[in-house]
Parts: sequence; structure tokens; C-alpha cells
Amino acid sequence: MSTVRLVYFAWVRERIGKDEEEIALPDSVVTAGDLLNHLKTLGEDYEMALEHENVIRVAINQEHVEHDEPIAGAREIALFPPMTGG
Amino acid sequence: MTGPAISVRVQRQDFDLAAEVAAMSEGRGDVGAIVTFSGLCRDEAGTLGALELEHYPGMAEAEIRRVCETAVVRFGLIALTAIHRHGRILPGEDIVLVVAASPHRQAAFDGANFVMDFLKTSAPFWKKEIGTDGTAGGWVSAKDADDSARDRWKKD
Repeated sequence: MSTVRLVYFAWVRERIGKDEEEIALPDSVVTAGDLLNHLKTLGEDYEMALEHENVIRVAINQEHVEHDEPIAGAREIALFPPMTGG
Repeated sequence: MTGPAISVRVQRQDFDLAAEVAAMSEGRGDVGAIVTFSGLCRDEAGTLGALELEHYPGMAEAEIRRVCETAVVRFGLIALTAIHRHGRILPGEDIVLVVAASPHRQAAFDGANFVMDFLKTSAPFWKKEIGTDGTAGGWVSAKDADDSARDRWKKD
């Protein structure tokens, strides 16, 4: 088990119902995609937030990554919808 | 000789376009072109009361800076400033400013355009619509057209 800080933004944040949390991850969670699948098992709020998994963007230590990126050593993982700034 | 001057700011308060432009050529004679882009909040034909702009502190600055660093090299810019506001913004108010300086005009036009195209798709900001009665509406959806605008900069 390892612990990681998760931060959520926009409708991902609203649907999960929190800005951030620290969670313990089982060793079977290797990639960002594994993390999304693991979170979906934690309750309906997570399931609803992450339902359309392919649109969820992931950043590790404040840098964009693909879903197949390993998360080992991550201090902070952010999950958020496609960006709409500018 | 110092490198191109990049200034990136993510802030709640408004910016002063004229002051940002003036700062770019101050004390130097090599700037031949300055292009500015300002993005403002639209009222969507009177239906929008405000936008609430959420951002990822730290990463928002870092991501805009990465885009700016790429732009100054690719277009040979002398200086580049990018400012993005967050929080509640009313129709007619400023959201974003990009100022690009170069010796000749084309690089400044292209540089500002490039920064906006990449900023829109990679800088972690999200817009939520607030109705004219003050109630929260929906989150603005990302547009495929923005991805296409970014992708046209890809080199073969």
C-alpha cells in the first residue's frame, strides 16, 4: 500500500464532493488508468464523476499524463475534465 | 545577452493592456512588432450573468509557462507576456491577455496565436456559467474546434 494526495477540479470535484483527499492505494494500482478504475469502486459519487473515463484528464505532480502512465512516486495526482480556459 | 523575457501571471485582479505593451519595449530598440490578444467574457446574448473561472494553482502557471517557452523558441520572440484571470468575471471584463514582441510582425502574430491555441487546451482552467439571476449553470464544454486549432500547429 502507498498513500497519495488526490486533487479534483470542476465537475469532477463537484461530483466526488471534495476538493482533495489522501488515499491508500493497493499495489495492484500501477497506472493512472488503474487509479481511475480503483476510485470507481469507492462509491456512487466516484462512479458518477469518473463514468466517462476517456474524457478524464490526469496530471501527476502538476504535469499532464496519459492514462497508461505509471503513478509510482507521485506526490499529487489531479483528476479533471477537459480544460476550458482562455 | 539575456534570453527572451517571459512573464506569466495567473491572478484574480484585472490587467492593464497598455502598461503591459509599454513594458515590452521599454529600454530596448530591437522590438519591431507587438501583437496583443485579449479574451473577454461574453454575455451570450444577454443570458450570462458571469463566468466563474476555476484553476489549478501552480499547474496553471507552469503549463502556460511551458507553452510560452515553446513559443519564444519556435517564433523567435523577443518577449512574451501571458496573464490569465480566475474567479468571478462579468460580461465585458477581461479574462486573458497575451502580448508577443518580435523584430517583424509575422512572428508576433503567430506567437500570440500559438500561445492562445495551446493555452485553451492545456492550461488547467475551467469555466462555469452563472445565470443573470445569479444561479449556477453548467460547466462550459471543451470544443473540438479548439483541439483542431491547436493541432494545426503540429509540424509534419
